[in-house]
Amino acid sequence: MPIIWLFLIVIAISAIGYLLGRSRALQSAGGDSRNLHSLPTFYGANVALKTVIPAFGLLIVWLLVQPLYVNSQVSEMIPDTAVKEGSSRSLVMAEVRRTADGLNNAVARGLLSETEAANPNADSAEVTQLLKEAGQVVTSDISKPVLLAAQKHRVMNATGYSVMTVAIILVALAGAVFSWFQTHSEYRARNVVEQGVRVLLLAAASIAILTTIGIVLSLVFNTWEFFKLYPASEFFFGTTWAPSFSGRGGASDLGIIPLLWGTFYISLVALLVAVPIGLFAAIYLSEYASPRVRAFAKPLLEVLAGIPTIVYGLFALLTVGPLLLGIFGDNGLGWMKAGTAVMTAGLVMGIMLIPFVSSLSDDIINAVPQAMRDGSYGLGATQSETIRQVVLPAALPGIVGAILLAASRAIGETMIVVLGAGAAARLDLNPFEAMTTVTAKIVSQLTGDADFASPEALVAFALGMTLFVLTLGLNIFALYIVRKYREQYE
Amino acid sequence: MTDASMQSPETGRHAVSLTAADPRTIKRANAEKRFRAYGIIAIATGLFFLIVLFASILSQGIPAFQRTVVSVDFTLTPQQQEEAEGTLFKTKAYSDLFIAELNAELAERGITVDFDEAAIERLLGKVGGTIRTFYADNPDKLGEPIGFDLTASSRVDGYFKGRVSRDTLQDSRFLQLSDLDLVDALEEAGIIKQVFNWPFITGADSGVDNPGGAGIGASVVGSFFMMLVVLGLSLPIGVAASIYLEEFAPQNKFTDLIEVNISNLAAVPSIVFGILGLAVFIQFMHLPQSAPLVGGLVLTLMTLPTIIISTRASLKAVPPSIRDAALGVGASKMQAVFHHVLPLAAPGILTGTIIGLAQALGETAPLLLIGMVGFVARGYPDGFLAGFTEPNSAMPAQIYTWAARADVGFYEKAWGGIIILLMFLLTMNIIAIILRRRFERRW
Amino acid sequence: MNDMTRVERAVDSKDIKIAANNVQVYYGDTHAIKDVDVKIEDKTVTAFIGPSGCGKSTFLRCLNRMNDTIDICRVQGDILLDGEDIYDKRVDPVQLRAKVGMVFQKPNPFPKSIYDNVAYGPRIHGLAKNKAELDEIVEKSLRRGAIWDEVKDRLDAPGTGLSGGQQQRLCIARAVATEPEVLLMDEPCSALDPIATAQVEELIDELRSRYSVVIVTHSMQQAARVSQKTAFFHLGNLVEFGETGQIFTNPEDSRTESYITGRIG
Repeated sequence: MPIIWLFLIVIAISAIGYLLGRSRALQSAGGDSRNLHSLPTFYGANVALKTVIPAFGLLIVWLLVQPLYVNSQVSEMIPDTAVKEGSSRSLVMAEVRRTADGLNNAVARGLLSETEAANPNADSAEVTQLLKEAGQVVTSDISKPVLLAAQKHRVMNATGYSVMTVAIILVALAGAVFSWFQTHSEYRARNVVEQGVRVLLLAAASIAILTTIGIVLSLVFNTWEFFKLYPASEFFFGTTWAPSFSGRGGASDLGIIPLLWGTFYISLVALLVAVPIGLFAAIYLSEYASPRVRAFAKPLLEVLAGIPTIVYGLFALLTVGPLLLGIFGDNGLGWMKAGTAVMTAGLVMGIMLIPFVSSLSDDIINAVPQAMRDGSYGLGATQSETIRQVVLPAALPGIVGAILLAASRAIGETMIVVLGAGAAARLDLNPFEAMTTVTAKIVSQLTGDADFASPEALVAFALGMTLFVLTLGLNIFALYIVRKYREQYE
Repeated sequence: MTDASMQSPETGRHAVSLTAADPRTIKRANAEKRFRAYGIIAIATGLFFLIVLFASILSQGIPAFQRTVVSVDFTLTPQQQEEAEGTLFKTKAYSDLFIAELNAELAERGITVDFDEAAIERLLGKVGGTIRTFYADNPDKLGEPIGFDLTASSRVDGYFKGRVSRDTLQDSRFLQLSDLDLVDALEEAGIIKQVFNWPFITGADSGVDNPGGAGIGASVVGSFFMMLVVLGLSLPIGVAASIYLEEFAPQNKFTDLIEVNISNLAAVPSIVFGILGLAVFIQFMHLPQSAPLVGGLVLTLMTLPTIIISTRASLKAVPPSIRDAALGVGASKMQAVFHHVLPLAAPGILTGTIIGLAQALGETAPLLLIGMVGFVARGYPDGFLAGFTEPNSAMPAQIYTWAARADVGFYEKAWGGIIILLMFLLTMNIIAIILRRRFERRW
Repeated sequence: MNDMTRVERAVDSKDIKIAANNVQVYYGDTHAIKDVDVKIEDKTVTAFIGPSGCGKSTFLRCLNRMNDTIDICRVQGDILLDGEDIYDKRVDPVQLRAKVGMVFQKPNPFPKSIYDNVAYGPRIHGLAKNKAELDEIVEKSLRRGAIWDEVKDRLDAPGTGLSGGQQQRLCIARAVATEPEVLLMDEPCSALDPIATAQVEELIDELRSRYSVVIVTHSMQQAARVSQKTAFFHLGNLVEFGETGQIFTNPEDSRTESYITGRIG
């Protein structure tokens, strides 16, 4: 891994810079650190930081920009005629990248010489054959323009990385030398270093923003690509979900309505299980339970929240599904055909959400001032009357917020529905039918063998976008309600 | 306001005596009892689910830690090897030798049972091949008695664990009813038995048709490398971000933006982080698919909000007087934070980090999208650096892979994998609790 | 009765409403109230005064068993309401509190409409047969709480939207609505401004015509203004109990005198 080496080289330069900067500072103070403005280590740190930060900054920018630049340059080489009917430029570019990777791997394993790989006159059929023999993934015959583009891609990338290595080492050295010359006893090293550290801290905090931007961009770009291949109106209003597995475009029905219905139905069942149990558990724990019962039951219930969702998924598939099938299946009531169903996934998801609802509600009920309860007891109300008619109405906005947060959890939950809900997209009212959800289909569309540039795969991003917007909206709304509620009693 | 316009208080509204309960009071007291009962029922239901969950994990997972083996002491002389290698069907020759040995052992114990080579194959697979390969690899063992522990087929294993019974068994090329007589005889002779399943803990995944040989070891290693990435990135970044937000951030729009982003990211479904990983790390940056490095990066982004939230809480818990004291002796703000506040907050930060790591360890959905499933992790990575970049699986992803396979034998492995996963999570949580108890400071 | 002037307050021969004999209250290991004997008369305002932490609020809360909600609190001795022991095992505290209403230090209207705040008590106790009767009770109570004129046009507005003084009068109206026989008031004016305080004090004086009122106050002036009987508590002991006029002009105990003249407090 050359980047690891580059990384280590820069670190080494900065380490040497640290020692040199420190000793130069001491020297300029005549060996007495009391004559320095700052502690000697700050002078060393000053040099080290000025070596590392510009170099790594450049490295990150370079790694992000180079692929974009190379892609746009190479993409220009491909004539419009090379883009086949029913295909797109991005599909061709994907093939170019694959071919370039294939050539690289073939060279690395000694199957091709460097000159052969770069030969512009090479026969494309021969190269295809060779790459296939080398075990590289090549989907179809490589056409001449693709081969040429791939060769160009390789060369540009290789050159780019060598230039990058040199540039980064130079930047690191320049930073070290510059800051070494800066070092003298009057230099305010501490202030500079602290300013630098502050910038680093800010950068760390900004990662949250970068992550959000990354999520939004990756969703928006790919959703955009998808809507170029598949009409948005059919996606949002289509009532059939039937992706074709072989074809590229055209043949698939990708309507989101059945998936949204499945998501909604399963979440509803989950909330019907989790909300009453969670709420009553919270009420009992916060209003009735003795400290001993509370200390025992609360952590036990919260164990349910710490269990990974894959465990719940398996529990749904292998325990709850067969159990329900025994009761509601053909040997019982005859409503259920298979173990995977809305009921199975919903029930298990409900169990998962119990502690979520109960601990949120617990906090919220505890936030209702004791004065409210006293007022009610003072009028001769019983404890349950106080809870039902005073505490709960007072806590209602907060509880609604908690339920919305739980709903957003349910909508975004993946493993339980992938394993427990079934795979068929269906618009049905029977909760014992198998249905599927947005999250389950994101998984199945992206883990199948569909090409990443085909609408069958890209639809996952549109689904992801819908999911993201839906859960984000619910969360913002719920947090807003909860915050309002808290302010009311502060 | 004059009182004259009002009626005097009507007496008799309340029961005359406090101890005489009127019907309404009785009704209300009953409503009170019912309401209380609902609460108890709710808690009991929750705990009941917890018990059912653990009972089904344990009852179905513990068999994964046992495997059925046929152990036979077998001696092969060099002459026998030479003769066998001379025949046309070499493995058949070895398996004939094995059957002879087995017959001898049964006879020694006074048990007679009829069986043929096909039955042995159904029980143990290609025994001849196994023996032949062993001696080809270890020619120095020729002539000495060797105790062979041959893994029984998944159906036989199922017979021992109650998955397969005489009533439900239908004769097939995998197992026939008559084979069970042989199994019973071998069991009586103590030749076939159940032993602790080390290969499950240390081994790698097997192919889709061999549930018996599947192990979780390789994916534990994959998870380990992922956790190294998560720890190495999310702890420094999370602490740095929290220090900035808690100690240095000015009150402005940008800070608000960061805060809003963190609280929203904490609630973004994990699958969306998988999409991010797929689009950014794999499609855009071309990092290797299925690599623990990528998995670690995605989980880092997912864990960061959790770690930031708990770290900020621990920083906030350090009283301002400590900062004032440091500033008062002339330390810079930065020195006050790094020399005093951070060490005092360290136990809380550590606890939060461990809990964040435990969450990341159990997360599955994003790993599905970056290719850590549906893939056979055949062995351990070649070295430390390769551990980050070579395709591997992770514990939850491996469990999912097993759950999605058609052969019922894999379900047992999936439950067994869950026990191992939960043991890791339990350990991490216990460490976190101990840390909290041991170092918790009340100001 | 409202023509009775304060000069004539030394009227006796009233019924004893609450009689406390030898009451001890413990908070865990702390002995909070020691040997308190007090007789509270009907249709009289009785004031409990004393320095902070002297136990006057604790004792007040014993009178309608509000201390039951605190786990570590234990009460010994007899407290008789109309001759019945309120700490008898067979007594339902719910029924007791319907007879002995309470108004708290901080106005605590429920986050409901003004109407629902007042109707809450009658509803849970089943005092109204129908909506019309309930309306009547609400109006009557709001009038007795001297707040009807201010809220009659906005009965559906939330009770929390009223001013502090209005909220406290609403809470008094709410307490009155359950037809109690005794009203306990725990520093009802401490969270109010002087004008609201004056309104509430005037109201207390009016309430005396129907109820036995017990008021805890940290303000001696207030006790002098509104009460006919005063009990002085100090360190958990009932130091002196008697006619308000006498306590303030001619206290028997030196501690009472010290407190009234401002030497302890």
